[in-house]
Amino acid sequence: MSFAYFPHTDEDIRQMLDRIGVKTLDDLYADVPAEVRYTKEFELPDSMSEIELRQKFEELDRKNKQLTVFCGAGAYDHYAPAVIPALTARSEYLTAYTPYQAEISQGTLRYIFEYQSMITELTGMDCTNASMYDGPTAAAEAMLMAMAATKKKTRVLLADTLLPQVKEVVKTYAKYHGVEIGYIAHKDGNTDVEALKQELATGDVAGALIPSLNRFGIIEDLSGMADALHAVKALLMVYADPSALAVIKTPGAWNADIACGDAQTLGLPLQFGGPYVGYLACRKDLVRKLPGRIVGATHDVDGKRAFVLTLQAREQHIRREKANSNICSNQSLMALYITIYLSLMGPEGMRQVNELAYGGAHYLHDELIATGLFEDVFDRPFLKEFVVKSKIPADKLQQALLDGGFLAALETEEGYVSFCVTEKRTREEIDRMLSIIKRLKP
Amino acid sequence: MKTIEGLYYSESHEWVKTEGDMAIIGITDYAQHAMGDIVYVDMPEVDDEVNAEEEFGAVESVKAASDLISPVSGTVVEVNEALEDESGLLNQDPYENWIIKVQMSQPDELDKLMNATDYAAFCENQ
Amino acid sequence: MKYYDKLIFELSKEGRQGFSLPQNSWNHHLEELPDMLKREKKAALPEVSELDVVRHYTNLSNMNFGVDTGFYPLGSCTMKYNPKINEEIAALPGFRNLHPLQPASTVQGVLQLYDELDRALSAITGMSKFTLNPFAGAHGELTGLMIMRQYHMQRGDWKRTKVIVPDSAHGTNPASAAVCGLEVVEVKSTPQGTIDVDDLRPLLDDTIAGIMMTNPNTLGLFETRILEIAEMVHACGGLLYYDGANMNPLLGVVRPGDMGFDILHLNLHKTFSTPHGGGGPGAGPVGVAAHLAEYLPNPKVIRQADGTYTVTGNETAAGRISGFMGNFGVLMRAYAYILRLGRQNVRMAGPLATLNANYIKEELKDCYKLPIDTCCKHEFVFDGLADQSTGITTLDVAKRLLDYGFHAPTIYFPLLFHQAIMIEPTETESKETLDGFISIMRHIAQEAIEHPEELRTAPHLTPVRRLDETTAAKQPVLCYADLARS
Repeated sequence: MSFAYFPHTDEDIRQMLDRIGVKTLDDLYADVPAEVRYTKEFELPDSMSEIELRQKFEELDRKNKQLTVFCGAGAYDHYAPAVIPALTARSEYLTAYTPYQAEISQGTLRYIFEYQSMITELTGMDCTNASMYDGPTAAAEAMLMAMAATKKKTRVLLADTLLPQVKEVVKTYAKYHGVEIGYIAHKDGNTDVEALKQELATGDVAGALIPSLNRFGIIEDLSGMADALHAVKALLMVYADPSALAVIKTPGAWNADIACGDAQTLGLPLQFGGPYVGYLACRKDLVRKLPGRIVGATHDVDGKRAFVLTLQAREQHIRREKANSNICSNQSLMALYITIYLSLMGPEGMRQVNELAYGGAHYLHDELIATGLFEDVFDRPFLKEFVVKSKIPADKLQQALLDGGFLAALETEEGYVSFCVTEKRTREEIDRMLSIIKRLKP
Repeated sequence: MKTIEGLYYSESHEWVKTEGDMAIIGITDYAQHAMGDIVYVDMPEVDDEVNAEEEFGAVESVKAASDLISPVSGTVVEVNEALEDESGLLNQDPYENWIIKVQMSQPDELDKLMNATDYAAFCENQ
Repeated sequence: MKYYDKLIFELSKEGRQGFSLPQNSWNHHLEELPDMLKREKKAALPEVSELDVVRHYTNLSNMNFGVDTGFYPLGSCTMKYNPKINEEIAALPGFRNLHPLQPASTVQGVLQLYDELDRALSAITGMSKFTLNPFAGAHGELTGLMIMRQYHMQRGDWKRTKVIVPDSAHGTNPASAAVCGLEVVEVKSTPQGTIDVDDLRPLLDDTIAGIMMTNPNTLGLFETRILEIAEMVHACGGLLYYDGANMNPLLGVVRPGDMGFDILHLNLHKTFSTPHGGGGPGAGPVGVAAHLAEYLPNPKVIRQADGTYTVTGNETAAGRISGFMGNFGVLMRAYAYILRLGRQNVRMAGPLATLNANYIKEELKDCYKLPIDTCCKHEFVFDGLADQSTGITTLDVAKRLLDYGFHAPTIYFPLLFHQAIMIEPTETESKETLDGFISIMRHIAQEAIEHPEELRTAPHLTPVRRLDETTAAKQPVLCYADLARS
């Protein structure tokens, strides 16, 4: 027996067994009942060498089709600068454990502190944790926070304009946690503040989750939402794309109590949906209800500035069943991607990314309408994503685009089709896609 | 470990001082010693109802959290806001720095609590 | 390791730029947006050059310890080697650029991988079907408990709202139960650290949804009465949940499915070698016995009769627990590891991990207090130094280890022992590495007697020394704006 990941020679094993005082490796399992020992052959392939492994994955890779992405719906094809993979691959980051031993984890702790600083800045909130799994689970944790912060209330409201996967995940957590979910209708693509007030009138609402950039791509006007909620001691939770927050009004400016969302838009590859990273931020007075790891600044015994995991008494390893959340990790490495991304981009880069996406999306939108094959659904400002009504059946449209190498025109639950343009899309790509569309008939 | 005569004590290490039907509640010297540096006190809000033998908040140190258990039932009429910024007051003088004041609904619940001597003996055996 | 004191914000200079983007030739501009929807003040992000960023994060990395730096005897964390080939595979551009909502016909390679990993994990654990959607161990626990509740609810068995958790369990077990709306009932451990079956028996009635267990438990001891426990829990109508945090010593030796477990999660970042990344991303796939497969969360991957794959969902599923289909990049690494192991080497992983743990235990048990002296599995627990007269604590020992270039063990867990030092070496460490660690641990035990002050003030050689955690928690400074104010 010899295998690259197991360093033991036969002689090592013999010496170690001698020291332990048993004869065989099998003897180390003498306490395991014979009935549960697995002695049959495992239904696994033969051990592969690196050469064979590469061939295997390259073969799988050939079964996937690379498409030019003109859709979003919760995963966005933004550009990630070359610096990001170069730095995040450093094994000091990649192979490190959670930074509980602060003395030998200052690298991780510092970038998380920087991450927290950048997220609070983008969202306009006071504080944030060290990151969550993804946007939808961050939204579910926001719901748990609202329940814990308001005590004894039973309902949480979700805007109809949230992404379907956000609503689904929150609904799942709510079902088991014992939270009743209500929905807030939209009016012309914007969450309707009157509908919110009607829901609030029925009482018992802990909070409402409303997107600032919604599933139709619309930048929502959240005027009056915070006041209506605060009047009944309920929380305003805003689901926001942090990339867009560099240019659109922040959850903080809308007077939100909690902000959450997916930060995949800040330099993370699409990677078929993960790993992504959720963020969760709040007002200062809610910080003890904030789940997950949080890094704080302090100093060491010599007075040197240093960083450490703090406010740990909120967490599951101390509070056990009384913790507000069971989360025990963060998407630490993905937070590093974001921190490096935002460091490179700075305020001007983030403005330009949004400018390019806005310009491209509006060009595509205008050209689609000009074909006469599409109609506007809403008359609202959008940023990089928008929906239109298609006179061509959605499945036919999608298939024609797929055949041309484009992922676009995803269908919403209402039957609209959605498009998204990021800074990566060129005029040439848009025109090529339009030429395919123009050949189609209603 | 310090105790004060005339106060009531619970097995979960809270003390009660009475002023008529008002119960002033804090944690004992034993409790603050066991916790170490207290970094945060989670307190209820005025007008919240509390029940005897049920939690009404928590004290936290860096690596531990301990529930605060109400020795009596009633309505919270005041919380010690000084603790919000200066939780360490509980370490400095746990008997001077109370946590909440409760208008008692069942003052006879005090009968179940210990006096200073019994509480001191109780702590000996912990 | 070298101390470096900058934050990226402190390198910032207005007008400096670290990005490159195409010229903007579009006719529409952000100015068109109504003012009330615009951000008022530009975000105070750093303005730095590309080289500033590269140097800064390289310097920060030099203050970090990783598996590639040195040995992590970290109990319950299974810090094994993270093979390099897995990183190259996860970075394959074909997978990296796939949108999660691409039609199934364009992602057959992805779906095949998902299905094959499901089958491989099922073969290794003796379960019937897996979801790979959960993002982490705790997320897997929550998902597993949702499946447990859904199973009972679908049978109209609404009374089952309690879950039994051993007092020695990881904190996530009771926390996951509470998030899932279950009441936690604690079962005691015997002095030997295993579940007290006599304490368990009276807890079992028709309100019990199930029991959560690790096996081996958090002391590294195999629950030898597992079959009896399984029979008792099943007889009362409950289900058995296996917390896969301690799966590593059983890898290739025992399958949880054969011990009677109905639901389990695995930590791919532990048993299946994916890197911890400084705290994540991990992955926590959940496997179930055949009668629970319909409750696995949506979306699911199905292999069709013609050999192609499709993505589906069903009504009776526990629900949706993730935006898309899990941390796919992590799944790729884990599958690559399993294929490298193959059916031959998988048999050796558990036994070698167990060999390493027992070897360290035997070599150190004269200078560290070993409360339970029996054959352990992947890990074991000391209760501080054997000579406790010096007043040197477990924390002092742990911090001194940092000076000698080792990561600290897990300390003060499990709570059963006041001075717990929990050691798990994993199978990827050589005898020479273990001997080096053993000799330093013996040396520290000697230092405790001869130079206790050196230990009380350790570490001395790290980029920073012991931190003031009390001030950090009392007056939280959680972002650069707070720091600038303070």
